[in-house]
Order: sequence, then structure tokens, then C-alpha cells
Amino acid sequence: MHKLLTDQPGATMVLLGNEAITRGAIEAGVAVATTYPGTPSSEISLNFFQISQESSLYFEYSTNEKVALEVAAATANSGVRSMCVMKHVGLNVAADALMTLAYVGVKGGLVIITADDPFMFSSQNEQDNRYYGKLSGLPILEPSSVEEAKNMIPYAFELSESLQEPVIFRTTTRINHSTAPVTLGAIRDRVCKGDFTKDPFNYVTVPAVSRKLHVKLLANLDKAAELSETSPYNFVSGSGAWGIVCNGVSFAYLCDALQDLGIQDKVKLLRIGFSHPMPSKLIKGFLGSCEKVLVVEEGEPYMEEAVKAFAQEAGLTLPINGKSRDLFSRLYEFNPRLVRQVVAAYFGVPCKVEPMVDLSNVPEIPQRPPNLCAGCSHRATFYEVKKAAEGLSTIYPTDIGCYTLGFLPPLSMGDFLICMGSSAGTSCGFSKVTDKKVVSFIGDSTFFHSGIPGLVNAVFNNHNFTLVILDNGITAMTGHQPNPGVDMGLMNLQGYGQISIEAVVRALGVPHIAIIQPYKVKKSIETLREAFNFKGVSVVIAQEMCTLYAKGFKKTKSRAYYISDKCQNHRDCISQLACPAFFLDAEKVKIDPVMCSGCAVCAQVCPENAILPVKA
Amino acid sequence: MSDITRLIIVAVGGQGNLLSSSVLGEAALLAGIPLRMSEIHGMAQRGGVVESALVFGNAQSTIISDGEADVLLGFEPSETLRALNKCNARTVVITNLSPLPPFTVAIGKGVYPDIAELQQIIRAKTARLIALNAVDLAKTAGNVLSVNMVLLGALIQTGILPVTADHVKQAIRTKTKAAFVDINTRAFDLGFETASRQ
Repeated sequence: MHKLLTDQPGATMVLLGNEAITRGAIEAGVAVATTYPGTPSSEISLNFFQISQESSLYFEYSTNEKVALEVAAATANSGVRSMCVMKHVGLNVAADALMTLAYVGVKGGLVIITADDPFMFSSQNEQDNRYYGKLSGLPILEPSSVEEAKNMIPYAFELSESLQEPVIFRTTTRINHSTAPVTLGAIRDRVCKGDFTKDPFNYVTVPAVSRKLHVKLLANLDKAAELSETSPYNFVSGSGAWGIVCNGVSFAYLCDALQDLGIQDKVKLLRIGFSHPMPSKLIKGFLGSCEKVLVVEEGEPYMEEAVKAFAQEAGLTLPINGKSRDLFSRLYEFNPRLVRQVVAAYFGVPCKVEPMVDLSNVPEIPQRPPNLCAGCSHRATFYEVKKAAEGLSTIYPTDIGCYTLGFLPPLSMGDFLICMGSSAGTSCGFSKVTDKKVVSFIGDSTFFHSGIPGLVNAVFNNHNFTLVILDNGITAMTGHQPNPGVDMGLMNLQGYGQISIEAVVRALGVPHIAIIQPYKVKKSIETLREAFNFKGVSVVIAQEMCTLYAKGFKKTKSRAYYISDKCQNHRDCISQLACPAFFLDAEKVKIDPVMCSGCAVCAQVCPENAILPVKA
Repeated sequence: MSDITRLIIVAVGGQGNLLSSSVLGEAALLAGIPLRMSEIHGMAQRGGVVESALVFGNAQSTIISDGEADVLLGFEPSETLRALNKCNARTVVITNLSPLPPFTVAIGKGVYPDIAELQQIIRAKTARLIALNAVDLAKTAGNVLSVNMVLLGALIQTGILPVTADHVKQAIRTKTKAAFVDINTRAFDLGFETASRQ
């Protein structure tokens, strides 16, 4: 049995934040979960995926976040408790659905998880999704710890059902990827079947209907504001004339800081866990009892702006500060030391600072950036594109996935990236206004997620570029999740369809289509060159299973390669391919036989044919 | 702050540090010590650095600021040196001495630090350095993959963490594969003994 299905209320289990969120949903009787995977949210979905294989829970990896939210919008409006999981930028993709779903509302509870990523450990931006609460008019809940995350999820479902609105549950990486003991609660029975009652004048959002629904949304927002005033997740702790308003992980750093500074009896904390709508009466009362207030929140001054507005409404003139050059930044994430120092400085109390070691005479340490795996077929494709494009002036728009790492030297394949699916759309623009050859890259999962509309645009508007679709048969970057092109039979899972990328591209009417097997270097270069010479839209599909994923299916490892005495030390292998299985030993290139996957790409690149398979 | 112990573990993806965190988590549970952890491991499978923070005792935070680690455990010498920003003059540092040069060195984009100099620098700036070749000791124990257990042995020998060797060995029995328990326990003991001689 999956550990998160353990039916032992009161038992303690050490859980990752993402496991705690999944467990909270199980305790709430969630019956449908949908997602598009994205760090730092991915483990929530992975656990749902596993649980769905041994229970009545319905889970799906949806094509993208918008589709995931639409699926959940329908199940929730059929009265079934549903959850939709995504990373913060995923909510941008789902935003079109979100904004009007807020008008329509839900019948069964719907909780939308948005995992924000301050410091961008694994994201392209660090946007603060609390603003989606304001933008959509939906309630937002934010936990401060792993245990609270678990407990807050059933509350989120109840809130959603009492307001008949979706609830946005916002985490940050340090909640998702922290581990702590969690006390298990009782598991509510899962109700998997619902019914949809026709009510087109409340469900079909033509202007006349939406004008009415907006009124309902604002009325709901007023109700939500009342609930926020008395929510157990908005609370005051401690006493004193100094006040701190905080949310999320900052609450943990503040609890430690007040203890370290010995000022627990001087400072009151107002922890906001129900952050949209903000509890205005609670905050005004809090401000009224303080001489001076500090707002501690990672990201944007979301609470600070609200708190200052409430102070104005209440006619209060006490100092309220948060984001400023001397206090907190809008950049990156906070840490306990930073929070302790800012609190001490703001309230004028001494802060003992342990001096960090002096790093001035530490020699420069070589960087260790993440790298495409040994034997990764993307490396081969990038090398082949580079060879095929020799003599051409090029622009390489890229996309989101493992292959983004190809932008690093020595491959240096990747010139522009803004979001999922942008490779195809931006290629249209670059090829229109420059005279360069545009070759762009997109992975299989990203192609299905949001690459197809860009390609449709290219065909319709007759653009001129080559899109290389890197089809490695899995969503590799986030940990090998399925996508619509994946053969689910390989995972011993039945009941799925499988969509051929080639058939999609043909159906779109792309005038030049070719397929390469990237481990065959010479043939691939020739095929790519033909595509580059074509005037118009060309697509090259590079088909080779992710080497890391393939390991799980292979009974025996392919023979590793080694560098024989014929080596003349040209180092084309290491300087052009940069496979991590290479290393230098006394100025000669060697291959680590444990890392080598036996792809043989380097053997085809070596000008001396010096790289040979290890004899059996 | 006195009852709180902060441990940073740094490693290269694939070195088994997440299992060592998990063993320490189990040991803390056995010892009845509160433990919160956080990990940044998004790129682990792709050769990047994996950093874990473990906070023992009654703290709420799950991360450790620069200069505030009581103990730094490094699975790879250059990564130990890179994490020196987490240390202060009272920090105890334990490092494996067996290098895994990053790929940037192989393509001429950096020079791997001299191992003797690296130890001198760490020793001069911190309270104590325990440096051992955990790969050799793991081989002696019977499995090169037991590097993590060797380093756990050295870590526990310092006596800084509020968990005992017995707690950790019990956790090794429940958290590591049955076939490797004997080798892992032997590796732990070898690490412990080696640290006690330094």
C-alpha cells in the first residue's frame, strides 16, 4: 500500500512537503487530481499517480496546465472534490481558464496548487502568484510549514465548497522541498462519481451571463473576506508594542529570530495564512495596538501594500515598512540570518552576528553546472545541428526541458527562451526580420504542451525556419512523467492512447518533414542539412529514448567505449561533445566505463577512429 | 540557540547523500529529537550539486544561513570548499578526500584545487577538520557505494549531533537495503574509527 494511504489517525510520519500536500488531499477525500508536472510541485503529482494505480482516485497528467484546470473545473462542477497541481508559471498557462472559472465557481471543492519558486532554483522567473488572488477574486491560502500544509488542504476544500469557488493554495520551494514530522489525520471517504445539472444561464459565459456572475463573484469575495477575519490560519502570537505581519516560510524564520534575539515579549506576530482577501478588521486591530510594524514576506510587497491601505482607512499613522533598500528585497528567498538581522535593525535591538569565515584566500573553485547526461541523445543532435549549419549565420531559439542545458558551452545551442512552447513562436519572428537561418529546439512534452500552436502559425503564415523536435519519449526534466507521445505500455499501464508527433506534424501540412536517429551522426547531419536548405517551415524529429529512462528497460548495459592507442589527442570528443563520461588523465582523454552508455557518438566524431567498444 | 544543531551536507548528484539524510532523519526520530530538513535537488541526476540542510532541535526553520552551520559534511573535496560560506570559526568540517572533478575541468574551464592546500585552508578557518578517503574505506567495507555510510560514521564520531552511533546503526538497518546492511554498518564503523584517530 502507498504510504500516504496509511489509515492511522494520530500516527507520525516524516514527510516531504509535497507528500504532506498529497496526504492532505487524501484526507480530504480528493477524487480527481490533474497536473502538468513542474518543479517544485512535481512530487505531489507523482504521489497521486502512484496512488491512482491502487485506489479509486482518478489522476491524469494533462497536456498542459490550462487543460488540467479545465478537466478539474468540469469534475468539480459535477460535485466531485478535485485538485489541480502546477508550478507558478503553470498558472499563467491556466490563467484564461482561471479567470472565468472564478465567475462560474464550483460545486464540489476545487483546490489549485501553485508552487512558487523564490530564487528560481528551477524556474525561469520568480513571479509572486498571490497576485492571482487579486486578479481572479479567488481566495488564497499559504502554509508556513510542512505539517501546516497537510492540515490546510482539507480546510481549503471546505472553504472552496462553502464559497462555491476554487481556492488557490500557494506554496514556495521551501515548503515543497522541506521534510518534517507530520501527524496523520482521518481519511474522508472518496466520492468519485458526481452529476452535472444543466444551468446554462449560470454556466455559459456569454456577456449577459457573465455580467450577472461578476456580481456573484464580488459577493463571494465579501463572504471570503469575512471568513478570512476569523480563519484559524490568520492569527496573532506573542505580545508587545512592536508588530510583525508575515506569511509562509518567513513565519518560521521569525519564530527562530525572536527567540535568538530574546524579544518574544516585545513583538507580536500576525501570521497571514489566508492571504486573499486579507482580513482588514484583524489587521486594523493589530495595527491599532502597535507602535511600529514590519511586514516580512518573500517576493512582492503584496501584504505591505494592503496593510498600508488598511492603516490609511483606519486613520493610523504608525511606521509600516517591509520592502526597501535597508530592509527586505523583492529578490530571491529569505533566510533565518537575514530575517534576524533585519528585525534587529528595524526595532533597534542588538544582534550577535557570528562572523562568517573569511573567503578571500579561497582559490577559485571550478563550476559544476548541471550537464546533459552521458549518452544523452540531445547532445548528439546539438552536435549534428552545429555541423549541418557550418557556414550559416544562425539563431537557435530553444525551449524548456533538459535540452535547455544545451545552451552551455561547448555545445552553445540555445539563444532565446521565454516560456514553454516559445521556440516555435519566436522562430516565426526571428526568421521574419533577420536574414539568419533560424533553427529551434523543442522537446516532445513541450511540443504537446504549447508548441503546436506556434507551428500551426508558422505553416499558416508561411514562415521560414527549421524546428527540431527532440523526441526522447518521456518528460525527462521533471523526473520521467508521461506525455501524450509516450508508450504507456512500457510502464505496464493500459487504457491510454499514444499520439505520433510525426502524424501531427504531417497533419499540420508542414512542407518538409524528416526523421533522424541522432546516434547515427553522418546520416543525421545530411538530413539536417537538407532541412536547413528548404525555404519554408521544416521539421526534423530526432527520435531516441532518454538514456536515463531507457536504463530502466534494459536487461543488459550496452558495451562501454574506450580510447585506444590510436588517439592523437585532437580532443574533438571532449571539446565538441563534452560528454561527462570523458575525463583527463595525465593530459590524455579517458572514458569512464561506468558512466559511458555505449551510444557510440564520440566514436563517430573522432578523426582517428580511436574510440572503440570495450571487448566483451 | 544552544539546543539547536545545524548540519549542511553537500554532494555531487548520485553520491548517495539523500540516503544519508534519510538515515539521519530516522535516527533523530528514534532519539526523539525534532529534525527539519530541506533539500535542493532539482538537477541531481544531471551532475549538479545537491545540498541538504538538517536542523536538529527546537527550531522552525528548515534552511541554514551562511556562516551558521555547526557541522559541514562534504562528500567531495571541492564541494566542501565551495560550501565554506556556510561555516564560522566554530564549525566542524568533515570531508571526503576523493575528488570528482567537475566536467568544466576536463574542458579547460577551471583548475581543480590542490587537495593539500584545500585541507590547510579549511583547517585554518574552522574549529576542526576531519578528512578521510571515504571511497577507499567504502571499498574496504565491501562496497564502493557505501561512501555515504563511511561519512556518517565520521560525522557521528564528532559527537556534535544529538543522535548516537546506536541510533544511526538502527536507522541503517531500517533505511538501507537488507543485502547491504552488514557492509553499510561496517562502513559506518570504519568512518567512525578513522575520525577518532584524527
